Amino acid sequence: MNAIILTAIWGVIMMFCGVFVKSKKAPKFIAITGLLLVFAANAVELATKKSFFNIQVHDMLRMDSFNLAFLAVIFGCTLVFFLLSGADVEKVGSHVAEYFALIFFVLCGVSLAATFNTLLILFIGIEIISIPLYILTGSDKRNLKSNEAALKYFLMGAFSTGIMLMGIAFLFGGNPAASFYLQHLQIGVGPMPVLVAFGLVFMLVALSFKVSAAPFHFWTPDVYDGAPTVFTSFMSTIVKAAGFFAFLRLFQNAFGNMHDQWQHLIIYITIATLLIGNVTAVFQQSVKRMLAYSSIAQAGFMLLAVFALNDRAKEGILLYAAAYSLATIGFFAILIKMEDYTIDGFNGLARQQPILAFTATIFLLSLTGVPLTAGFQSKFFMLMAAVENGNNFWIVIVAVLFAAVSAYYYFRVIQAMYFKEPGNLPLTREAELTGSFKAMLLITAILIIVIGIYPEILVGWMYH
Amino acid sequence: MGNYFSFPDLLIWLPLVAGIICFLSRKEESAKTISILASLLVLGVSIASLFYTDDKKYLHFNNVNYIWLKYIGANYFIGIDGTGRLLTLLTAIGFPLVLMSASRTKYVSAPSFYGLLLLTQAGLMGVFCSLDALSFYFFWELALIPVYFLASRWGGEKRIQATFKFFVYTFAGSLLMLIGIIYVYLHTGSRTFEDGTVVAHSFSLSSFYHAALSSKEQFGLFWLFFIAFAIKMPVFPFHTWQPDAYDQSPTPVTMVLSGIMVKMGLFGAIRWLIPMFPAATLRFNEVVIILCLIGIVYASCLAMVQDNLKKLVAYSSIAHIGLMCAALFTLNPVGIQGTMIQLFHHGINIIGMWVVLNMIERQTGIKQISQLGGLAQKAPALTILFVIVALANIALPLTNAFTGELLMFSGLFQYNHWYAAIAGIGIILSAVYTLNMIQKVFYGEWKPVSSYFPDLSITEKFVLVIIVALIFVFGVYPQPLIDLTKESVNQLLMRLK
Repeated sequence: MNAIILTAIWGVIMMFCGVFVKSKKAPKFIAITGLLLVFAANAVELATKKSFFNIQVHDMLRMDSFNLAFLAVIFGCTLVFFLLSGADVEKVGSHVAEYFALIFFVLCGVSLAATFNTLLILFIGIEIISIPLYILTGSDKRNLKSNEAALKYFLMGAFSTGIMLMGIAFLFGGNPAASFYLQHLQIGVGPMPVLVAFGLVFMLVALSFKVSAAPFHFWTPDVYDGAPTVFTSFMSTIVKAAGFFAFLRLFQNAFGNMHDQWQHLIIYITIATLLIGNVTAVFQQSVKRMLAYSSIAQAGFMLLAVFALNDRAKEGILLYAAAYSLATIGFFAILIKMEDYTIDGFNGLARQQPILAFTATIFLLSLTGVPLTAGFQSKFFMLMAAVENGNNFWIVIVAVLFAAVSAYYYFRVIQAMYFKEPGNLPLTREAELTGSFKAMLLITAILIIVIGIYPEILVGWMYH
Repeated sequence: MGNYFSFPDLLIWLPLVAGIICFLSRKEESAKTISILASLLVLGVSIASLFYTDDKKYLHFNNVNYIWLKYIGANYFIGIDGTGRLLTLLTAIGFPLVLMSASRTKYVSAPSFYGLLLLTQAGLMGVFCSLDALSFYFFWELALIPVYFLASRWGGEKRIQATFKFFVYTFAGSLLMLIGIIYVYLHTGSRTFEDGTVVAHSFSLSSFYHAALSSKEQFGLFWLFFIAFAIKMPVFPFHTWQPDAYDQSPTPVTMVLSGIMVKMGLFGAIRWLIPMFPAATLRFNEVVIILCLIGIVYASCLAMVQDNLKKLVAYSSIAHIGLMCAALFTLNPVGIQGTMIQLFHHGINIIGMWVVLNMIERQTGIKQISQLGGLAQKAPALTILFVIVALANIALPLTNAFTGELLMFSGLFQYNHWYAAIAGIGIILSAVYTLNMIQKVFYGEWKPVSSYFPDLSITEKFVLVIIVALIFVFGVYPQPLIDLTKESVNQLLMRLK
């Protein structure tokens, strides 16, 4: 409860900052303060199970340890994002405070989407996430690509919202209690009513769109490529993880009993996502586009949680959200500082900027899933969940073979940084590489390794 | 006292810490000194551990068990016993030799080079000591990452592709093994901690041995693990990464790869694969032996026509490893015992071969046999020592490899006469290409490149003399190694009953 209310309030405060605070630097610090406050309030709620606000929600929201632990991960990653890339948000345009305000609204939507217990709240949450994102995508107003991306995202997003509403309507009509509550949708064994089946498929399509799972991923590369890079970093990590969390909770709490009836749909989507994401990423020359496709590929792995739908899957999604977000945010923060976004632009970075190259290597190893990094633990828990599920064992083998493929494109960047010769020109905008930026990169890398060695610092909170 | 330190801990953490210190040191000389000192210290620890083999009296020295991930029942559980002790000893002997022979070559950013080598050693030690499947997997991958960076950064012209192929092969293999580990883990029994918490499953070695698996499940899992180990060894048809990787890596790295790292695969089979899936092993051992035999003949034939010295040794290594793997899978005591001691001997011999090849390559910059010749006139000491090592490589009597190969052959012969005969072809061919190479490189027609070829330096002489001494000592008196591993052989056979 704390998170929902405080993020909304702080979003409004940030908007007023745009009017009353003239300094360009100030909004960043106000935003970081606000986020620390939200993080702390959420942590207090997680630890004590008591909210500052005593509001009767009629069971439309559920504040259990799992949801709150996930929100803690989200706010922690956003904090890292602000600290690493906050200065780059200031460079996007002149309305700095508004960008931060929009990010806080997205976080408010994430808080709703993480705690919903009725379809209505889910819908509201997803919309509150999406609308600020359309604006952020188009925030680089003079850039044609950014405009195009925003329009494309908006049209496709509106379409998928329509499908989701349709699905909600079907589900509402299809359950005997005529209710939006998730627990009323749980229908016992036996064939699914037709309306529920339609509703389920529509929800699956709409949510697959939001998390960019194939074959509903076509907007992703263009939007991620066109949006200002800082916001791509935010969208492709925190927002995507939140989408998956909503996906998992909806399918577990509303359709868990019918798991065996829709599981193959998820299998097809998972395989298609892994295939398209990984294979296309191999051919990219632009690192930014490569990351867009790799985010699709990683989505394929996260779908294994929806496939498995057990306790390990919950732990897995928590770890995956943290591991994937931290590594991607860190790597994007480095990418923003590069002069050239192609892979050749990284040639010889280890000579010029050893700390950047070293931390980038940790981030990429984590994305590949090499032991000692958080990425390994998250993949490991996902695989455990999928194997524990027992059915369709082969999907696990397909998933790991694609993980080996993913090593190809992540390692291309490592090869460029370490084993190729740099040209004479500096590869990075060196003036922007402050000591505190490098220190923050190292802290992020250490965080990844700590989670990689001891994942229970995150997972333990689920059982608190 | 046993609570404060233990051998496996020291074996893993000493090189790890020293490796990190090497990274931080700026000067080449200090990194070199630190790394050699650290590796000698590890050797000391390893030798000391040989005096504390009695598990009843010295359990605390040899075993460490800490809770790591409580919810899933994974422990930091390491210990040394028969086979593990033998291979940690090989690693401990191998690394000082590698580091000393590398010290003459100049490497750019040398501190990182020596640091990464020590990290590799830590990973290898961890693999040989792990008694918990998850720690095993961690160390298994940790040994790979530094080697990847070493080979890609300091290797030959085509190093990036060659080492990347190596990386992807092994990475894919180990991911398959990871699935296998998870599957077995989910079939293990529950485990109770001292404070009363119960976890449903456990990653410890003993619970893996007693996992409730039907024989049908074993059949599938066997291959998931076997592919990972076969890629590492490498066994035909998973060997294609190996000649390129050996050729393109800097020679010290090739020494580590061929002398010690390939043993990870065989060790994995001994410690994990065979005892975990006895039913599947008894069912599929013939298939494995046939694959190995194909590999032996195929690699020996390719070795005969190689003009590249490094590739020749690479192919000969495939043939030797194939023989070891085949003998192991005969599953009779003689064959297994032969493989166990050959694990050690092969490591020593092949490191000896690489020391000499490294020197030739450094002095002349040439690795083509056809462009070399007549080195014996300029470097008599080198020639004599190298001939001894090469003869050990083809397992002549009085050299260390003889006892190992004799045992392995009698194992294969007991299993099937024809298989032993086919493997015998490999041995004959190995004599052909090895002697042919010696003749051309050292005695053949005198080529101008050999004119400024100095004889051995003190360090190299020292390294080679130690290797030759080990060859003769264990050639005449192999009993200590057999004593060390006898218990492991018995335990392995017990699991198969």
